[in-house]
Amino acid sequence: MSAAPETLQLVLTWSDWLSLFGHFLLLSLMSIGGAISTSSEMHRFLVEQHHWLSQEQFNAAIALAQAAPGPNVLFVALMGWHVGMNAGSPGAALFGVLVSMVGIMTPSTIITYTAARWGHRNRELRAVRAFKQGMAPVVIALLLSTAWILGSSVTQLTQDAAAGWRLVLLAVAAGLVIWRTRLHLLWVLAAGALLGAFGLV
Amino acid sequence: MTPSSHRPQSLSDLFFSFTWLALQGFGGVLAVVQRELVERKRWLSQEEFIEDWAVAQIMPGPNVVNLSLMIGGRYFGLPGALAALAGLLALPLVLVLGLALLHDRYADNPQVAGTLRGMAAVSAGLIGAAGLKLAAALKRSPLPMSWCVAIAALGFVLVALLKCPLIYVLLGLGGLGCILAWRRLPA
Repeated sequence: MSAAPETLQLVLTWSDWLSLFGHFLLLSLMSIGGAISTSSEMHRFLVEQHHWLSQEQFNAAIALAQAAPGPNVLFVALMGWHVGMNAGSPGAALFGVLVSMVGIMTPSTIITYTAARWGHRNRELRAVRAFKQGMAPVVIALLLSTAWILGSSVTQLTQDAAAGWRLVLLAVAAGLVIWRTRLHLLWVLAAGALLGAFGLV
Repeated sequence: MTPSSHRPQSLSDLFFSFTWLALQGFGGVLAVVQRELVERKRWLSQEEFIEDWAVAQIMPGPNVVNLSLMIGGRYFGLPGALAALAGLLALPLVLVLGLALLHDRYADNPQVAGTLRGMAAVSAGLIGAAGLKLAAALKRSPLPMSWCVAIAALGFVLVALLKCPLIYVLLGLGGLGCILAWRRLPA
């Protein structure tokens, strides 16, 4: 039922690492609404363009970071970890964590720290309010796009069309429950984990 | 107005407070942040929290990370911002790498693969729900609801369906949203 896991063996040069670092720096600048909103771009870069990360690893990174305590941005650390592991060693994996996390955190941290102090002093300015309000619909579009891309990539983990539909149904049901109720996220994740472990989805 | 006892006492207080907060936040931290910082520690009033959260949301970077930077920075300047950030990330990073190691060892186990598949499907739903929850805030936008929906729908088509690079969507569509909002706000 499950597809044979794709294994990657990479030889990464310094210029590859540099290009990874540069890409994450750039993504950091664009990560309005959270790093997760750039995950569709990460997928395009890491999985489709460079084949540095398999589809399974991409999905597992997001799912593990959601399941673990702490900010979800740690999925980026896991992607760096997997790219390094694909390049052959735990040392490279730790280096991957460093490159990806420093890349994704540094620009946004500098901008936010500086801008938040400025914005706090000038919060009544028309331009500040226009920026906050004008970006809002795009932020929402990015979150919904991420859900869509993640949801459709999950269905590619199985060859069986019916199982794919059950996964989509699970994603939609989980979304509705979280949207409409105050149930703790952890219960919904646990339910998904149990359904998966018993082979029901 | 804030009494001096309702503020972080030191850099290590910031670090450990944010570590504790992060460790409770399975699958997302917003609800935990609000409960810990506003209701329990009272470092922020409800109103301050809402305002800060809006800024944290709109700036690049993860929301909770941004909020930690803003709160740490407000009380202790740059060292405070970095202490809060480190608290939020350090221990959770170690935990998540440990999980990844376990996962690598047992990835071939069909139960583990199934568990991850189920959780990935739920994660997709959680992110969608976050988008839908945020959409409620559009009611207070100076833009008419129909424009907001049109911009959001166009953004979804460009990013999710046409796989358009994000930067063009942010600059083009986001810029359009900002200009439209600017024109409709009172000077």
